[in-house]
Amino acid sequence: MIRIFVPKDAQAVALGADKVAREVERVAAERGETVTIVRTGSRGLFWLEPMVEIETADARIAYGPVKPTDVVSLFNAGWLAAGEHPIRVGRPEEIPYLARQTRLTFARCGLVDPLSPDDYVAHGGYAGLKRTLEMLGRPEGQTAIVDEVKASGLRGRGGAGFPTGIKWSTVLLAEADQKYVVCNADEGDSGTFADRMLMEGDPFSLIEGMTIAGLAVGATKGFIYIRSEYPHAFRTMTDAIAAATKAGYLGSSVMGSGRAFTLETRLGAGAYICGEETSLLDSLEGKRGMVRAKPPLPAIKGLFGKPTIVNNVLSLATVPWIMANGAKAYADFGIGRSRGTLAFQLAGNIARGGLVELPFGPPLRELIEEFGGGTRSGRPLRAVQVGGPLGAYFPQELLDTPLDYEAFAAKGGMVGHGGIVVFDDAVDMAAQARFAFEFCAAESCGKCTPCRIGSTRGVETIDKVTAGIEPEKNLTLVRDLCEVMTDGSLCAMGGLTPLPVLSALNHFPEDFRRAPALMAAE
Amino acid sequence: MKYEPWDPALAAEIIGRHASLDGATLPILHALQETFGYVDREAVPMIAEALNLSRAEIHGVVTFYHDFRSAPAGRHVVKLCRAEACQSVGAVELADHAKRRLGVDWHGTTFDSRITLEPVFCLGLCACGPAALIDGEPVSGLDAAAFDAAVAELRA
Repeated sequence: MIRIFVPKDAQAVALGADKVAREVERVAAERGETVTIVRTGSRGLFWLEPMVEIETADARIAYGPVKPTDVVSLFNAGWLAAGEHPIRVGRPEEIPYLARQTRLTFARCGLVDPLSPDDYVAHGGYAGLKRTLEMLGRPEGQTAIVDEVKASGLRGRGGAGFPTGIKWSTVLLAEADQKYVVCNADEGDSGTFADRMLMEGDPFSLIEGMTIAGLAVGATKGFIYIRSEYPHAFRTMTDAIAAATKAGYLGSSVMGSGRAFTLETRLGAGAYICGEETSLLDSLEGKRGMVRAKPPLPAIKGLFGKPTIVNNVLSLATVPWIMANGAKAYADFGIGRSRGTLAFQLAGNIARGGLVELPFGPPLRELIEEFGGGTRSGRPLRAVQVGGPLGAYFPQELLDTPLDYEAFAAKGGMVGHGGIVVFDDAVDMAAQARFAFEFCAAESCGKCTPCRIGSTRGVETIDKVTAGIEPEKNLTLVRDLCEVMTDGSLCAMGGLTPLPVLSALNHFPEDFRRAPALMAAE
Repeated sequence: MKYEPWDPALAAEIIGRHASLDGATLPILHALQETFGYVDREAVPMIAEALNLSRAEIHGVVTFYHDFRSAPAGRHVVKLCRAEACQSVGAVELADHAKRRLGVDWHGTTFDSRITLEPVFCLGLCACGPAALIDGEPVSGLDAAAFDAAVAELRA
């Protein structure tokens, strides 16, 4: 029985993976070949998707991108025995794009059957939880686990970069009858898809990470808040929780330890602001997703007023690796205060888009040119937005900035969740600045004035600039407005919208002076 | 997509099924919209009653989130991504084309009630944009011709 691996990652499906899977099944049956089709996540080499892998005696051999019309010729070429074909790419691990990566968090993504706990365990899964349970059996076990996460240097992968272990330690020390672990899977930043890929490709790593978090701080219940724009991730995650519960990895006695931890998924409803942790908590409680003032921190008063860990998907999914391999092994990767790896996501106008997990520190240029192969259009690169819609636009001259939290902040940008969106020279940066305000106006929760009103005034003022109405005066007004929003907003939505706006203004001033100045007397 | 006509008895049953969940409001609203295609006004006091909340609170929740509709959508829903990564590969031009082709603005439904056009900010398909969800199915690398072909298929 030959196993054929076809991704069911949403990006692969968008490129035709379901049609390919059906065609493989049809042609195999027609030829009397007995094959099993296993639907996996994606390896993250999206320009090769749908990438189909054939299991041979000593390795998996990949073919891609496979179109349904290629399937007959692939069988004719003897692909079940790794035969030659124009779209044969060989062993995936030897493709330079993948071979040059350091896959820790994404080690299993694309490799395993996402809904099989056995497959997860066969690929090293649940080793971290086993060690956690052993540590819990010893005195001061919970503190030791939290210390391990602290020592790894892991920082929140959602964008803010707050040390994960410190958050955990606050929740551990808080006294309460009930504590919660909440996973923020509201990955709304454009140019990011790592959370989605992981939930669709290796959901058990998130389940294991949340279980470890729960046991470490004494929380018995967890929620995964997934955005509604990710219906596939929601289904896979929900099914994986059911499978983990059935196999005894979740429930009243996790792996027979007598300790309880249960998980539920919740679906967002199309509000970007719910990616902000306090707004997410309000949404989980069934309310409007309004941002809460801090303090109190969610670690003290979080979900339903109880101490709550709120972590991003990748922060939690990295914990099993840290617990299995030790804090030091993780901290050995990276530079400065950015330890470990980050899953960079190459998006936008890029020739080879995909997921690139590397230790912190490579220059932005290396990602875009060596991995990404430059722009998809073949035109010169003009701007790169890193860190989602609230991230700065960098020009060519800043491409040598190393990708670590502090180095990026020093250049007025942010690494955020690691999304890298490339624009070629067709981009109009005044339009991008306007969009940043427009997006903020549409997605603001409305609680604080700088964000709610400032964003709308920002759109209007940029419109005046581009229409040529007193451009200098209005640009001064935009800068003034940005200062108010930065200093006066309640959360990062209003507070960081000035980042894309000001970076566009500072690095690409010519785009704001295209209109012929109108006479004031008109 | 096929939906049930509004039915208070069925709605009450759906509400009852989810009412015991922690933070039940969103799960209930999603379940109602999945069944009826929108959240009927009449459902608001029913949810308020079941969760011991005020009507104003439930109304506030329904209207806060972009996902919940107050009236049925067209038979097919096309959600076109408007976010930056898709913008960098022509999403703005594609959106203009889509609006002209369907003769609607964002949130509008074609005169034959067939297709509703909605904006969406990121589908996580950013490496191969422009992207869309057509009746929940992800689509990548859209241009004007591919959009027209997809629409023709929906109208067939």
